[in-house]
Amino acid sequence: MIEKVFLGPRRYWLLLLTLGVFIAAGLFFYIQQSSEGLAVTGMSHSVSWGLYIAQFTFLVGVAASAVTVVLPYYLHDYKAFGRITILGEFLAVSSVFMCLLFIFVDLGQPFRILHVILYPSPTSLMFWDTVVLFMYLVLNLVIGWTVLSAEYRGTPPPSWSKPLIYLSIPWAISIHTVTAFLYAGLPGRHLWLSAIIAARFLASAFSSGPALLLILCRVARRYTDFDPGNRPERALGVIITYAFSAHVFFMLLEVFTAFYSGIPSHRAPLVRLFWGWGDPASLTPYLWISTALALAALALLYSPARRRDSGLFIASIAVFASVWIEKGFGFVVGGFIPDPLERIPAYRPTLAEAAITAGVWATGILIFTLLFKITAAVRRKD
Amino acid sequence: MELTRLEFLNKAWRTGLVIFGGASFELVSGTSLTAGGQPAAAGKRLAMAVDVRACMKAGQCVKCINACHRGHNVPAIPDVKRAITWIWRDDLERAMPGVMDSYSGTAFHGAKPVLLCNQCGNPPCVRVCPTGATWKRGDGIVMMDQHRCIGCRYCMAACPYGSRSFNWNDPRRYLAKKLINRDYPTRTKGTVEKCDFCAERIDRGREPLCAAACTEKAISFGNLHEDGSAVRKALADRIALRRKPELGTDPAVYYLL
Repeated sequence: MIEKVFLGPRRYWLLLLTLGVFIAAGLFFYIQQSSEGLAVTGMSHSVSWGLYIAQFTFLVGVAASAVTVVLPYYLHDYKAFGRITILGEFLAVSSVFMCLLFIFVDLGQPFRILHVILYPSPTSLMFWDTVVLFMYLVLNLVIGWTVLSAEYRGTPPPSWSKPLIYLSIPWAISIHTVTAFLYAGLPGRHLWLSAIIAARFLASAFSSGPALLLILCRVARRYTDFDPGNRPERALGVIITYAFSAHVFFMLLEVFTAFYSGIPSHRAPLVRLFWGWGDPASLTPYLWISTALALAALALLYSPARRRDSGLFIASIAVFASVWIEKGFGFVVGGFIPDPLERIPAYRPTLAEAAITAGVWATGILIFTLLFKITAAVRRKD
Repeated sequence: MELTRLEFLNKAWRTGLVIFGGASFELVSGTSLTAGGQPAAAGKRLAMAVDVRACMKAGQCVKCINACHRGHNVPAIPDVKRAITWIWRDDLERAMPGVMDSYSGTAFHGAKPVLLCNQCGNPPCVRVCPTGATWKRGDGIVMMDQHRCIGCRYCMAACPYGSRSFNWNDPRRYLAKKLINRDYPTRTKGTVEKCDFCAERIDRGREPLCAAACTEKAISFGNLHEDGSAVRKALADRIALRRKPELGTDPAVYYLL
């Protein structure tokens, strides 16, 4: 099956080459970061986590969102997802792989990463996050590959794959809940210290993940002969609509509590996120862009435009971008501002940081492309 | 040497028992084994009291900071955003938000007492560390193992006091060769470090460098659980505040007003 990745049209090789260039650039800057230290990033004493950990958080959500196609297909026998369930699983594989890479590039001593396993620390949520993420990667890789192999041979999937598939459903919820607990249990970080973080994470994951899947389906339909048809897209559109509405609603709940209670420490990070406090590297523009995109997405998803393919496509892009900014940047960086001494530190990712981030994304897209290539070839039966 | 199948299985079984048994013992016993063999001193809790008035009287004095940073090979990094600080002076109203307003405590406006790791009784940094690189000793000192730290900086996100520093680049670059204290290790890039109440001096029966260096006698140190210790005497007849006690961290550094 794996040999399918070696045959493809010119377009395919061009895509691989482009991704290779981004990966090489990322690697170049990573070597620089390895020798110089994390000083090549924009992070500092006050903002000690930046783009890497924020992107990690966002991608755990994308990985978990596989459940939005796996659950209806396997548990409720929703046949329309039959053609794209495997894409959801392979999207999860690529996303978890990116998550692990983002953790790796964020470490000051990356070659000591196995200390997490060597000295297991059950009180640390990061220990549990590593464990559940790694297991989730294995689960999805095994499930996706087994189901596809069975399809390749024209046999039904082996019976042992069923319990694994059912296990992957609560497991998907668990990875994002544990990731939310990384933040929601820290004293003194008021943007994060909220019981609703796990629920917010799941809502934003179950909207941005299916939105990405819909975008990928559309790209596949346009540029390859893989055509899952309209029906799964319609169903994804419904999931996106409800999950994204919940996400926006949960955000408004945070705003209510922070502002109506009037407690300065709860209010401060939100004020800073949306109105800035007059420093040049303010996050303000990004968060307003995210908000504008969210409103535009909601307008599209609830208007007749959602019935048009283009309307749904644009709404998906808006949902994905809105969550990517809010969760993949604002939430993590905003938690550090103001810092424990009530100062407003500046944070802006550097070129090296951006290039390494792009390199990790290119690696994830490469993995997805190869897995998709195999899937499409198996479906074509060539 | 030839091993029969039975012998091999027997040996593998015993080895497995030792490895997993040891690991699970470490999980259950928590701090006692990771404490690097330090015996838990029964009932001991080391604490510090900083006299804010005395510290104010000394003006711009940085004797304690110099003594600490020199003694521990803490580099002087010019970029303040990436500086390593074990002990530093900062605004009282920033350290303890909300304790003063425009009318009360006006005598303390502009005060910049020394701040350091609070050696919390319930340290969030220890709770979150994924490798046990930071742990609490029996006498309450929150320790740091530079060799085990993977540099994930979760402890920095967890610390509500900003008391932990990360080596964003090679700290040795900023150390003057002549001033290096050969009796204390220097560090490498990519790990977190912080004040540890001079554990290396305490183990030799001496008080922390900052307390020893203070000519204003602003820093009292000792066992909080011992009547008549220096820190207890200092706390007895003064009102003292701790930083953000409402977070449940139980800081061991008091500020006398």
